[in-house]
Amino acid sequence: MSDGLQQVPQRNQVDAYRRHFMAAVTGAATLATLAPGVILREASAATRPDVTARPPEQPATSVVRWGMLIDTARLGDGGAAMVAACRREHGWGHDPRASPEQQPQWVRTVRVTDKLTQHSFTLPVMCQHCEHPPCVDVCPTGASMKRADGIVQVNKHICIGCRYCMMACPYKARSFVHEPLTDQRPHSPRGMGTVESCNLCVHRIDTGRIPACAEAAPQAVIFGDLNDPDSRISQAVQALGGTQIRADLDLNTGVRYLNI
Amino acid sequence: MSNTAIVYREVGEGRGFYLLLVLFGAVVAMGALAFFHLEHEGHHVTGMNNQIVWGLPHVFAIFLIVAASGALNVGSIGTVFRKPLYQPMGRLSALVAMALLLGWLVVLVLDLGHPDRLIVAMTHYNFKSIFAWNIILYNGFLALAGFYLWTMMDRQLKALYPYAGFAAFSWRLILTMGTGSIFGFLVVRQFYDSAIMAPLFIAMSFSFGLAVFILVLYAGFAWTRRPLGDVVLNRLRYLLAVFIGAALFLELMRHLANLYVTRRHGVEQFILSDGGIYTQLFWVGQVFLGALVPLSLIFCRRLVGNRLSLLVACVLVILGGFAQLYVILIGGQAYPLELFPGATVESTFFDGQISRYAPTVWEWMLGLGGVGISLLLVTVGVRVLRFLPVSLADEVLDSDDS
Repeated sequence: MSDGLQQVPQRNQVDAYRRHFMAAVTGAATLATLAPGVILREASAATRPDVTARPPEQPATSVVRWGMLIDTARLGDGGAAMVAACRREHGWGHDPRASPEQQPQWVRTVRVTDKLTQHSFTLPVMCQHCEHPPCVDVCPTGASMKRADGIVQVNKHICIGCRYCMMACPYKARSFVHEPLTDQRPHSPRGMGTVESCNLCVHRIDTGRIPACAEAAPQAVIFGDLNDPDSRISQAVQALGGTQIRADLDLNTGVRYLNI
Repeated sequence: MSNTAIVYREVGEGRGFYLLLVLFGAVVAMGALAFFHLEHEGHHVTGMNNQIVWGLPHVFAIFLIVAASGALNVGSIGTVFRKPLYQPMGRLSALVAMALLLGWLVVLVLDLGHPDRLIVAMTHYNFKSIFAWNIILYNGFLALAGFYLWTMMDRQLKALYPYAGFAAFSWRLILTMGTGSIFGFLVVRQFYDSAIMAPLFIAMSFSFGLAVFILVLYAGFAWTRRPLGDVVLNRLRYLLAVFIGAALFLELMRHLANLYVTRRHGVEQFILSDGGIYTQLFWVGQVFLGALVPLSLIFCRRLVGNRLSLLVACVLVILGGFAQLYVILIGGQAYPLELFPGATVESTFFDGQISRYAPTVWEWMLGLGGVGISLLLVTVGVRVLRFLPVSLADEVLDSDDS
C-alpha cells in the first residue's frame, strides 16, 4: 500500500519532466501545460533555427558551443535510426577487409543494465565533445583538436596514426581505419592509417544544418548552441538537466542525456 | 681511474662476424617486409583492432626503449657513481643503449598508421602530450648518449666526460619516467592510471637493460675470445638481482594499491585470476620465470660463479620482461572500459566485453625486425670502432671500489 502511494508522486514527476522536455523542444517553456500533440505542432512552426550557416571566411568562434541533448526515453529504438543516419552520412561501417573488431563505429547503441536493480535502458554513444577532451591532451601532433565552437575532431592531414587518442578516450568513441578505402563521401573523407570519430557533422553545421543523427530522431534530440541562453537546447538543459556519461571525469561533455 | 690501462680494440673480421651480419640482416629484412605489407594493406592484416589498439609491435618497441635506457646504466655507474669497475664497460653500454633506442624507433614509427608523416611528428608538437615529450626525450637521449660516448672515446673531450655522463644519466631517468607516464597518465584505463608507472618503468629498465647488456657483453667477449673475469660478472650478477627485486617490489605495490580500490577489483581479478593468457603470462612468465627463477639462479650457493646460470637468468629476465609488458599493454586494454560504473553494458562495438587479440605473423616480423636492427648495430659497432676492451680479466680490473 505504502509502495503504491510512494509511486504516485514519482510518476507525476516523470510526466512533469516529459512535459518540460516537450516544451523545451518547441522553444516555449510556457507551453508546458498544453497537450503534447499541440506542442509538437507548434514545434514545426518554430521560427528560430537551431543552427545558422557560418560564412566561409569567418573562423569558428568560442561564442558558440555546439551541443546535443538526447532523451533516451523518447528514442524508441535506442538510437538505431541515429546510428543508421550517421553511417549513411559518413559512409563508415562496411569496410570490406576489416574484421568485426576492426570495423570503425562512429556511434553505436549501448544497452545499460544496473547490476543491482536490473533497470535497463539503451542510448546512442558517440564522441561526447568534451570541453576538456583527453584525446586532445594526449595527441602528440595536435591532430586531435577541439574547434573553437566545441567540436572535437581529427585533423587528418597531421594525424600520424599513433592511436594514443583511442587509448585515452573514456567513451571508446574513436576508430582507426585499417584498410585502403574507396568511394568515400566528398564531405567526409576517411583515410587509411588515421583515426576518426563523430565530428558532429561539422560540414552540415557550417552550412546551417543540424547533424544527421539529430535530424533522424527529432522527437528525442535537440541540437544547438549551449552558450546561447535562448536556444532550445539551453532552455531544455536548464529546465530538465542533462546527464553526462562518466560525469566523475569532469570533462564537461557537449552531448547530454535525459533518462539515463 | 682504473681504466687508463684498459685497451679497446675492434672485433676482427672473422667468419662469425659475417654470419651474424647475415643472421641479423635476415631478421631486419623480415621486419622490412612486414612494414611494406602493412603500409600497402593497412593494419587489417594485424591482430590489432579498434578494441586492442596497441599490440605486439608496441610490446617490442616499449621493451626496446625501456631496455635502452637501462643499458646505459652500466656506464652511468662508472661515471656518475664513480665505480672504476664499471668504467671499461661504459663504451659498450652507450653503444647498446643507442642501438636499442634505434630499434625502438624503427618499430614504433613503422607501426604508425602514417609512418610517412614522421616529419609531422617532429615538427608539430602538442606540449600537453606526454607522447610529444617522449619524442623530444628519445631524440635527446640519442644525442646525449652519442655525446657521452664521444667523451669516452676522444681524449680531447675527456674533461667533459663526467658532465656528459651525469647529463645522460639524468636524461635517461626522465625518459623512462616519460615512458611509464604514457600509461600512467591514461586516466580512464583502470590498469594504467597510476603515478607508480613511472618508477616501475625505471626499475624495469634497470633490470631489462642490464640483462641485455650482460648477454651482449658475454657474447662479445666469448666470440672474440677475450678474457672476461668473474669479478665483473659477479658484480653484474648481484646488481641484476637488485634490479629484479626492485621491479618486482614496485609491481607488487601497484597491485596491492589497486586491490585496495574497490572499483579496480574487476581489472585486478581479471589480470591475477580470470584473464587466461594474461593471468598465465603474469604468474608464470613475469613473476615465476621472469623474477623468481632468475633470483634463485643468482643466489643459489651452488651456482656462484656459474656463468651459464647467469646467462639463463638474463634470458629469463628478458622473456619475463616481454611477458610483463604484454600483460600491461594488451591485458590492460583487453579489460573493458567502464562506461557506466555499477552497470553492465553491451553493444555492437564490444562494450563490456573482454577484447580478443591474437598477433599475426606480420606483427612478430615487425617487432623482431626492431630487435634485429639493434643487434645488427651493435655487431657493426664493435667491428668498426673500439667499444670492446681487449680484456676484462680479474687482474686487469680495479675492483677496490666495493
